[in-house]
Amino acid sequence: MKIIIIGNGMVGYKFCEKLIAKNPQDIELVVFGEEIRPAYDRVHLSEFFSGKTAKDLEMAPASWYEDHGVKLHIGDPVMHVDCQNRTVTSHAGITESYDYLVFATGSSAFVPPIPGVEKDGVFIYRTIEDLEMMRDWAPKAKKGAVIGGGLLGLEAAKAMIDLGVTDTHVIEFAPRLMPRQIDETGSAILQAKLESIGLHILTSTNTLEITGSDKISGMRFQNDQLLDVDMLVISAGIKPRDELAKSAGLAIGARGGILVDSQMLTSDPHILAIGECALYEGMIYGLVAPGYEMAEVAIATLLGSDKQFTGFDMSTKLKLIGIDVASFGDPFSSDAEVRSIVLEDRNKGIYKRVNISADGKMLLGGILIGDAEQYNMLLQTCKNQVVLPPNPEDIILGSRGGESEGGAGVLSLPDDAMICSCEAVSKGDICSHVINGAENVEAIKKCTKAGTGCGGCVPMVKDLVNHTLKSQGIYVRNVICEHFDYSRQELLDLVHLHNLRSYDEVLSAHGHGDGCEVCKPLVASLIASLWNEMILDKGNDTAQDSNDRFLANIQKGGTYSVVPRIPGGEITPDKLIVIGEVAKEYNLYTKITGGQRIDLFGAHLTDLPAIWEKLIEAGFESGHAYGKALRTVKSCVGSTWCRFGLHDSVSFAIQIEERYRGIRAPHKIKGGVSGCIRECAEAQSKDFGIIATEKGWNLHVCGNGGSKPQHALLLASDIDSETCIRYIDRFLMFYIKTADPLTRTATWLNKLEGGIDYLRNVVVNDSLGLAEELESEMQKLVDNYVCEWKAAVENPEFRKRFSHFVNAPEEKDPTIDFEVLRDQKKAKAWN
Amino acid sequence: MVETMNNTWFLACQVQDVPENGGVCVKVKDQQIALFHFARRGEWYATQNECPHRQQMALSRGMIGSQGEEPKVACPFHKKTFSLKTGACLSGDVEAIKTYSVMVKDESVYIFLESDEI
Ligand code: SRM
Ligand SMILES: Cc1cc2nc3c(=O)[nH]c(=O)nc-3n(C[C@H](O)[C@H](O)[C@H](O)COP(=O)(O)OP(=O)(O)OC[C@H]3O[C@@H](n4cnc5c(N)ncnc54)[C@H](O)[C@@H]3O)c2cc1C
Ligand code: SF4
Ligand code: FES
Repeated sequence: MKIIIIGNGMVGYKFCEKLIAKNPQDIELVVFGEEIRPAYDRVHLSEFFSGKTAKDLEMAPASWYEDHGVKLHIGDPVMHVDCQNRTVTSHAGITESYDYLVFATGSSAFVPPIPGVEKDGVFIYRTIEDLEMMRDWAPKAKKGAVIGGGLLGLEAAKAMIDLGVTDTHVIEFAPRLMPRQIDETGSAILQAKLESIGLHILTSTNTLEITGSDKISGMRFQNDQLLDVDMLVISAGIKPRDELAKSAGLAIGARGGILVDSQMLTSDPHILAIGECALYEGMIYGLVAPGYEMAEVAIATLLGSDKQFTGFDMSTKLKLIGIDVASFGDPFSSDAEVRSIVLEDRNKGIYKRVNISADGKMLLGGILIGDAEQYNMLLQTCKNQVVLPPNPEDIILGSRGGESEGGAGVLSLPDDAMICSCEAVSKGDICSHVINGAENVEAIKKCTKAGTGCGGCVPMVKDLVNHTLKSQGIYVRNVICEHFDYSRQELLDLVHLHNLRSYDEVLSAHGHGDGCEVCKPLVASLIASLWNEMILDKGNDTAQDSNDRFLANIQKGGTYSVVPRIPGGEITPDKLIVIGEVAKEYNLYTKITGGQRIDLFGAHLTDLPAIWEKLIEAGFESGHAYGKALRTVKSCVGSTWCRFGLHDSVSFAIQIEERYRGIRAPHKIKGGVSGCIRECAEAQSKDFGIIATEKGWNLHVCGNGGSKPQHALLLASDIDSETCIRYIDRFLMFYIKTADPLTRTATWLNKLEGGIDYLRNVVVNDSLGLAEELESEMQKLVDNYVCEWKAAVENPEFRKRFSHFVNAPEEKDPTIDFEVLRDQKKAKAWN
Repeated sequence: MVETMNNTWFLACQVQDVPENGGVCVKVKDQQIALFHFARRGEWYATQNECPHRQQMALSRGMIGSQGEEPKVACPFHKKTFSLKTGACLSGDVEAIKTYSVMVKDESVYIFLESDEI
């Protein structure tokens, strides 16, 4: 099959590149290009003025075409197409026949029929030659003007300033700048910005004549207004290059452009058209990304596969250095249902507007002026229909809790999110290349071409590279210790994947050496977090920290404390009496703890099983005061008694404490439930804190007391009990799966890129699509719960371990000594 | 020498009395000796039970493991670690602990005591 491509611009080149990459058999490619050099990067044309050479802008050198067997005729436009005989003839007289012909003739600048446009000193802004001529002319010019206040006109105006023509006017026919991309307020703020860099803006201004003899000397507008000008750039729009197609008899749109269908076929089944010359559904796409997509579709059509062009998003970002302007999706909300959130700061020249669906969930489009840093993220959020956070204004205001946006936003995008639209490179593509060794942006550019088009996605690519490296543990490998070359998270995945249930199995399968006091409790905790089996079983007892191994906290002198669970802090008189009796019988010091329960201190190891037997008989369970596990869910008395109480905070606290009891985590977890905003349960200092509202509950997460107190942050408001539990399920499970060892939720959140917004996206908006999995994993843990003290006292093998002397099990440690204190005892001071 | 006559292999317990890869405390008159079954290596070790850091009778409840090739035990109180072979403190400034030889015969575990230790 022989294919001829007319036009060697950006899209014509991309067609060749993409086709060759597919390694097709028996295909002959012939390219005719009118310009004197092979295709170059027109998008970055303006960089020609900041020092880039024609060579730098080249898409690929001439040798590339040769190396890939492409016959390239440059500086030789096609003059005639014979559709009947399927031949083309060039200006130099070369005639070639084709099986398929592809028009990629692009556009030229549209020059309005103003008298005098032919004068010297009047330019268009499209090719390297245009820019060379401007460069040669500029030193003689003092006063400049640009006709056209659109995207390209403003770029040209900026170029004028860079060329030294600092007194430059932008003449716009419409009442405001960039009317097709931004709204009125946006235009006004942009105008103020441009004026601040020295440009003069004339809107609602119609040019009637360009004056001067051979050379431009001025412009005359309506109302006979005059402006002295010695250099003018016309950038009033584009005009598709359809003249050749027209003379060949192809169907042309009423206002120009070669008509194509969704397969890029023209009215002749052997001729296709792509790029800026193609008219699809009444639209010329004046951007490079849709052109590349058309190239892709055309190739599919030629190779017989099924791919359709279905239109393309016209989101754009202006490349003016120093002034950010971007618009994406639907920048104007036409629908009455659509809600807009606007941030306007005239002082700083910032204007941001986002349009949001009526249900507050989807981003439909928006405008960014003065600060377009969020452009890529918002564009992707919009395109991929990522569910918005509950306070959508955060997406333009940034989170105000001091959390950095970081790159976490990128993480919330799905794998098939298009990061580089120019080159159609998805997030998944980039991440997998990073994993395969492309460890920096340059390497990614090389192997995926992402970031080589308009360049707008480069910051996102960078974020993705860093995040992926991090998640691969490449820069920050938090390896556990000398026995395991993995981070906690990696090891958790391995243990899960291979269904390992004992420390020894894990060490043999994934570690080396004999373990130590760092990896043993860590792995034991992972195993417990994953399976929630009795922690002393399967030989895991000796891998547990001393406290877990003996199901009690070791205290000064070598005695232990006994902390029965008292869910929500609620206890019956009968149970209080049992605690008193047990404490008396075993001579234990009793104290009400800071967690609303009772701690019995000073128990001998040997006595622990008997003490617990009595407590269990009275209905108590382990309080897990010794474990990296749920401690207490503190409650206030709530609506049952308190005159301010909105809901029954005690019942809810009990329900929650019983749900999560026994679950092992990277560190201990505490909760609180308050019955109203007075917050008597201090819920906001807990890992999760619930506060009653008129409509339901507010859920706060990641609070901490301890040496570095930190208030919990609001995760969701006015939710019902069931939703609240679902969110806590997800939150805790996500924490359990991702936190570093011995990291409380507060510290974990502080390290989590994207902070609370990211967490909210994961937990509430299910941005990672993990919610269901997290919930069911939690449910499994909940279902697997048994009181481990009950299991211990009932099993003679476990019970045997609770003795001080292996050869004298009845005897207590004779070195233990107490002192008297206020009618009770206390441990003897350290020596 | 006469004294050697009094050196003894003290019968501590049975193999099954000691948790694999863990320790127990053995009472020898009014002394306490920590006995460890390092099952991963098929080795047995014994040391004093008292941790020299805060004089806590706790080493038998400590966690064993290795640092490089060196077998070690970590005190449950403040995680000071000691070599099970030499008794040297591997994690800092605390003095060394005493170590004992262990022998296993017919499922019985013996600790070697010099005469002055009985
Ligand atoms: C008993 C109690 C003090 C009291 O008499 O009130 C207590 C006692 C201990 N706390 Fe606590 N904490 C107690 C409430 C608290 C609280 C207050 C609370 O929970 O409302 C806090 C601050 C809130 C928080 O955790 O965010 C608290 C922050 C700590 C910390 C620091 C945690 C941190 O994230 O910075 C530690 C050290 C650790 O866990 O690494 C700690 C550790 C300990 C240990 C386990 C230290 C140890 O290893 O011996 C103490 C053991 C007690 C025992 O043997 O049972 N304890 N501890 C309280 C038991 C509550 C309960 O019923 O379970
Ligand atoms: C200054 C400037 C800035 C821009 N900035 C952006 C931007 O930021 N983002 C964005 O997406 N887009 C931008 N664009 C638009 C982008 O450059 C075009 O969308 C893209 O170049 C279109 O590619 P094309 O191949 O269809 O057309 P072109 O690149 O115009 O290529 C067509 C080629 O065909 C040749 N040709 C025409 N007729 C014949 C013939 N008969 N025989 C042989 N050859 C012929 C032409 O000479 C030309 O070389 C910008 C354009 C300009 C000028
Ligand atoms: S504050 Fe310190 S001393 Fe008091 S109980 Fe907690 S850990 Fe022990
Ligand atoms: S008492 Fe053993 S380390 Fe402190």
